[in-house]
Amino acid sequence: MKKTKKVQSPLLDKRSAADIARTKKISLVVSAALVVVLFAALPVVQKVTPDDSMLIPVLKKGVIYSLIAVSMNLLNGFTGLFSLGQAGFMLIGAYTYAILTIPVESRANIYLYYDGGIVQFAIPFMIALVFAGVMAAIFAFLIGLPVLKLKSDYLAIATLGFAEIIRTVIQYDKFGPLTNGSNLLRKFPTQESIVFYFAVVGFCIAIIALLLRSTYGRAFKAIRDDEIAAEAMGINLAHHKRLAFVISSFFAGVGGALLAMYQGTIQAQTFKTSLTYEILLIVVIGGIGSLSGSVIGSFLYVASCEWWLRTLDNEHFIGTFKLPLMRSGFRMVVFSVIIMVVVLFFRRGIMGDKEFSVYRIISYFQNKKAQKAVKEDNANV
Amino acid sequence: MSENILRVENVTMQFGGVVAVDNLSFEVNDDEIVSIIGPNGAGKTTVFNAITGVYEPTNGRIEYCGKTMLENFPKGKMKKLYKSENQGLYTKTIVKTPDEITKLGIARTFQNIRLFKTMTVFENVLVAKHLRRTSNIFTATFMLNAKEEKKMREECEALLKLVGLEDEKNENATSLPYGKQRKLEIARALATSPKLLLLDEPAAGMNPQETDELTEFIKYVRDTFNVTILMIEHHMNLVMDISDRVYVINFGKLIAEGTPAEVQANPDVIDAYLGGGDEDE
Repeated sequence: MKKTKKVQSPLLDKRSAADIARTKKISLVVSAALVVVLFAALPVVQKVTPDDSMLIPVLKKGVIYSLIAVSMNLLNGFTGLFSLGQAGFMLIGAYTYAILTIPVESRANIYLYYDGGIVQFAIPFMIALVFAGVMAAIFAFLIGLPVLKLKSDYLAIATLGFAEIIRTVIQYDKFGPLTNGSNLLRKFPTQESIVFYFAVVGFCIAIIALLLRSTYGRAFKAIRDDEIAAEAMGINLAHHKRLAFVISSFFAGVGGALLAMYQGTIQAQTFKTSLTYEILLIVVIGGIGSLSGSVIGSFLYVASCEWWLRTLDNEHFIGTFKLPLMRSGFRMVVFSVIIMVVVLFFRRGIMGDKEFSVYRIISYFQNKKAQKAVKEDNANV
Repeated sequence: MSENILRVENVTMQFGGVVAVDNLSFEVNDDEIVSIIGPNGAGKTTVFNAITGVYEPTNGRIEYCGKTMLENFPKGKMKKLYKSENQGLYTKTIVKTPDEITKLGIARTFQNIRLFKTMTVFENVLVAKHLRRTSNIFTATFMLNAKEEKKMREECEALLKLVGLEDEKNENATSLPYGKQRKLEIARALATSPKLLLLDEPAAGMNPQETDELTEFIKYVRDTFNVTILMIEHHMNLVMDISDRVYVINFGKLIAEGTPAEVQANPDVIDAYLGGGDEDE
């Protein structure tokens, strides 16, 4: 009786060790091939899409959001620290990038009210991009010292408050020579090529994935599952929480800088709390504790928010009959309803805490085949 | 002649006005199995929490392997509130967090099982290897510690084989039957390579057959892994069967100590368990 039950279990791996090793190799090759195909296809896609299409902007924004969502997931989903400071760290990243890269000759134009500002140099944009992350990480370290002693809701409120403080401080008039007050920052180097965004984000997400696979990643998950047991197993809570917080903020900073590049101009006002909630929404829809879920969630969110539902905002006529409700703003109503449905019926998000992997897909079919064979054998007997 | 591995000296734990552990002293020798017994609320788990650094003792000293591991004395408000003895004997404050104490070689299990719920059996044990790492976050992320990682995994495989959980290693930890979850918790504690193992009610919620198996398992663990075991237990059969020495605590105070036979014959112990002491007062 027990045995028949085991055969039906989808978890049970009937394959031999050699088979598994071979499947692993195959899936590695397939995954690598997929990445190559993606990067080969991107420039082609960018070339053939007409200028007025939303596809390219959506892909760019989607990929940037996925980095930020993944960085938030590292903290909320994998380490169990409910932090809502993501917008603050993005803001620091974006401003660091912009301040360091605006060409010297345009500064007088931009810092109109502050005599051209006090920063009178510009550094290459790639270095500034890294620096954006480092700056966010430094702030995270300092904020983490007092704040990480708090737990769950209290941590969320403290980080949320911090993000708001940062936004207000940056707009403060006395800091104007550095931050241009509440005025726009613009004319910093931007990137047109979609491949650039995918490459940077892909690299960053790969690092996070590797981190989570390592012994540190396991320690993070242990803290999420049971703090007391983790501490009793010799995991230094303060140290590991700080690590997760700093690393997450680093990538949020890089994400903020990328967002600045994508938008072309930045203003502290756009980094409101609602931005953090957008990211949190993506993390929840994608699945708390799933990196691939966050990535899929970002693209879906950005695409439906900016593109697929746009048509709902326009007036439509059937013959001479004007469709009711279809007017500016209706898109957001429909969008909210969709989100509610998702949260109600897919409570664990699209991916749950599973990851998308070629290996698992291949294994699934192999096991299914094996089970079918077993069933046929049984039928024949 | 065996040596003290753990020496608890005049330890008092006072919470506000409540004295949970009252001027308690005992010691555990190398390779012994020592049990702490006592009625509910006697302060047994509090002793464990004081040893493992969850609480700071209010007063007293704990030595581990001949060195002072923890020491504290009443300060501030507690100076006036302090109700127990030996105030003024200790003047130093040495405090450690639970993870530092685990690193020294004291591992523990919990009264209510605390496994990592989302992880498999194997990962649960693997996490415990984290504290003996030599890699830092960069070498670990970029897989420059492949050798160490491989060694960690091999050690865990071997450990699971020794405790008889190898067949379940890829199962989710919480899907195991109760007895095996207990076993896994002990295995996880063993993975930190301890010298002293603290078991907090390992037989809680077990039926007689499972308790018998556990008794054998604890003996087996001591012999195979060369660990000293200090445990809290309510199952008298288990305690009397495997303990070398037994300490009896009531209301935070030590009321008896000795071999299982001596303790069983002690009238104070019988009073404490049957409630005879209350009538005398």
